Amino acid sequence: MTAFTGPFATRRLILQGAASVALLGLGNLPFTPARAAANDKYPEEAFKQKSEADAVKALYGKTAEPSDKVKLDAPEIAENGGVVPISVTTTLDKVTSISFFVAENPSALAASYKIPDGTIPSIANRLKMAKTTNVVAIVEADGKLYSATKEVKVTVGGCGG
Amino acid sequence: MASSIRVRATANGDITEVQALIQHPMDTGLVKDAKGELIPAHYIQQLKFECNGKDVFVADWGTAVSKDPYVKFSFKGAKKGDDLKVSWTDNKGGSDTTTAKIS
Repeated sequence: MTAFTGPFATRRLILQGAASVALLGLGNLPFTPARAAANDKYPEEAFKQKSEADAVKALYGKTAEPSDKVKLDAPEIAENGGVVPISVTTTLDKVTSISFFVAENPSALAASYKIPDGTIPSIANRLKMAKTTNVVAIVEADGKLYSATKEVKVTVGGCGG
Repeated sequence: MASSIRVRATANGDITEVQALIQHPMDTGLVKDAKGELIPAHYIQQLKFECNGKDVFVADWGTAVSKDPYVKFSFKGAKKGDDLKVSWTDNKGGSDTTTAKIS
């Protein structure tokens, strides 16, 4: 969705603009965050955001509600912040994406995964953590966001600290 | 050169479990080397898994993913012997691709 051609393009742009303004209300961002997670493009802006709240907003354009249907598995204590195994599974239906945020990192968004139809919403990966921090997993299911949070105590930081 | 991607895909009934390990420095751009100079950021931005002409898993990564990243997921709709194509691109325009047979 980078090149727009023809007379419909302008109409679409206007509609999109109107929709994002309506969605965001007061939030005035220079891009359309709702689309960022939906297409294939790398969400550059979301990865640049420092705080977790800004990154969630940039990636999804809405906020998440905590849910016990999202299971986040992370160690209580990570001896090496450079390699912290984190996994998430969920019993929610119609999952379209799962993202991992590390609140105290220089940029909060760590990884964002698209879950196409037929892929099971269960992911394991390894993340870096600068210091003791909350890790947040956000699951996008049926257009809504659900989150789970866990604190990981880091004894040696993984970001060159 | 050996591929930077090691992938194991195992079909168990309808569900295929995929584990992938990629060799990549995943530099954050915040770490200094021995001379005190910043090592520029160098990290994988997108990792894709395709099976039977369909994306089954797409990862967008930032610098907070560990060095030599590992990822595990499962998907439905493939069987033993199908090809699973794995490819990544990084922020410096580097890329690698490999194809694994589901076993």
